[in-house]
Amino acid sequence: MLSLNNIEVIYNDVILVLKGMSMAVPQGKIVALLGSNGAGKSTTLKAISGLLKPEDGEVTDGSIVFEDTEIQDLDAADIVRRGIFQVMEGRRVFEHLSTEENLIAGGYTRKDRQAAKRDMQQVYEYFPRLADRRHQTAGYLSGGEQQMLAIGRALMARPQLIMLDEPSLGLAPLLVREIFGIIQRINEEQGTTILLVEQNARLALDVADYAYIMENGRIVLDGTPQTLKDNADVREFYLGLNEVGARKSYRDVKHYKRRKRWLS
Amino acid sequence: MEKFLQLTLTGLTNGAILSLVALGFVLIYKASDVLNFAQGDFMVVGAFITYGLIVQVGLPWPAGILLAVIFAVLMGVTIERLILRPMIGEPIISVIMVTIGLSSLLRAFVSAIWGTTGRAFPAFLPSDPVNVLGATIGADRLIAIGLVAVLFALFTLFFRYNREGVAMRATADDQQAALSMGISVKRVFAIAWSIAAVTAVLAGIIVANIVGVSLAISFIGLTVFPVVILGGLDSIPGAVVGGVIIGLLQAYMAGYTPSYLALSTVIPFIVLLLILMVKPYGLFGEERIERV
Repeated sequence: MLSLNNIEVIYNDVILVLKGMSMAVPQGKIVALLGSNGAGKSTTLKAISGLLKPEDGEVTDGSIVFEDTEIQDLDAADIVRRGIFQVMEGRRVFEHLSTEENLIAGGYTRKDRQAAKRDMQQVYEYFPRLADRRHQTAGYLSGGEQQMLAIGRALMARPQLIMLDEPSLGLAPLLVREIFGIIQRINEEQGTTILLVEQNARLALDVADYAYIMENGRIVLDGTPQTLKDNADVREFYLGLNEVGARKSYRDVKHYKRRKRWLS
Repeated sequence: MEKFLQLTLTGLTNGAILSLVALGFVLIYKASDVLNFAQGDFMVVGAFITYGLIVQVGLPWPAGILLAVIFAVLMGVTIERLILRPMIGEPIISVIMVTIGLSSLLRAFVSAIWGTTGRAFPAFLPSDPVNVLGATIGADRLIAIGLVAVLFALFTLFFRYNREGVAMRATADDQQAALSMGISVKRVFAIAWSIAAVTAVLAGIIVANIVGVSLAISFIGLTVFPVVILGGLDSIPGAVVGGVIIGLLQAYMAGYTPSYLALSTVIPFIVLLLILMVKPYGLFGEERIERV
């Protein structure tokens, strides 16, 4: 459905962030993109959704293909109309608008109002808490509710692919479970393909069908969650487990850095 | 008492007009963070174009006003296209300087065609005196107040229920997030400038109908600064309240203080200074929402 072929992204004409990044997101699946801070995960999403340009970023090489069309040069509004919706990191709800108005804004590209209305009902079914708060100012919702609103806003556009940038950011573990449960439901019931960017590797590997691990602007490992969970490096670097389960000394950390460098 | 009532009515009329001009100003600021120094000149252009269409071309006045409004929309879109779009990514202060240039340009355009002397405007609104609670006021002024009230009601509905209106508020809140849901920010800017131009042109016509057309109309654009600072730069209700307060203050000052002090001209700026010292976001300026 979506494939990135060797893309290269440069910010401000000098800073090379993605260095030959390739990945594929098949229809109807949940694909996770993992990696530490600054690996280039968010940049990857922005490259897909066309949000790089306002930040002075540019896809300088390679191609992004969505349903047989190259989309790397389209602008953001066009890409949303084609069915890709990015839920940005940090929720980014419209604080001074009400919950319902946020949803209306999410459905901005919709033509048929009746269907959009039905979708709003559906969003309220997925997130009953939003229905209770529909006329409240979004800025005063709790963090979890704001994340729900951000996902609900995406559903309003009826996208084929939703890209979620760190939906667990700053939320309590219980809420995170709840939100991930709903993400899975959306994927199963609506058949919406999901590309999930996460720092919380354990959680992401639990829900994903396939996962990529990014470091330094390129993919270093990929596979099904099971193979990745069994991979010794992943266990050590991303899941915080090691063979013995004992605390590590600084010497091992240095060794870790060396290995990481070797990996990338 | 009668004098007070008389002054109140005059103040309300002026306040209504100020609010209308302030509305356009607020819209542009909300959408794009730009202070538009050319707002008063939009009024002048609107007044003169309508004058030209009605008096010089000889159109009936409804057609003249309609064409002037259409011209305003085109002017808004053109300004966005030719002047603001190339300025995207430039510091906001440069864009503000550009609006000052735009202001001079529009004035030059008007003086080149119609010269610098004022002219009488064909009064299309009846100006018969009407008796309100013992005070008399021209009917045209009452109509002006009503007209502004109706326009404000329409804009309130637009921003609450229309998809495009909601998109404009969303863009004002978080431009990048708006972009991520397919809202075209360029389009939002164009709409904001068009609405600002339309409100200014309508205000220009209303003023011209009361005092005649001249370049001096643009001074009202200057008085709009105190209005929006008082009401809050990004608040539409603030534009109404600020406009009415400044309008009333001006009228009372004109009526109760000796005219050689020129307090009615000065008072808006005294208010401006006070507000900036005490409540820089204005009465209704948007507070930053902070959750703790």
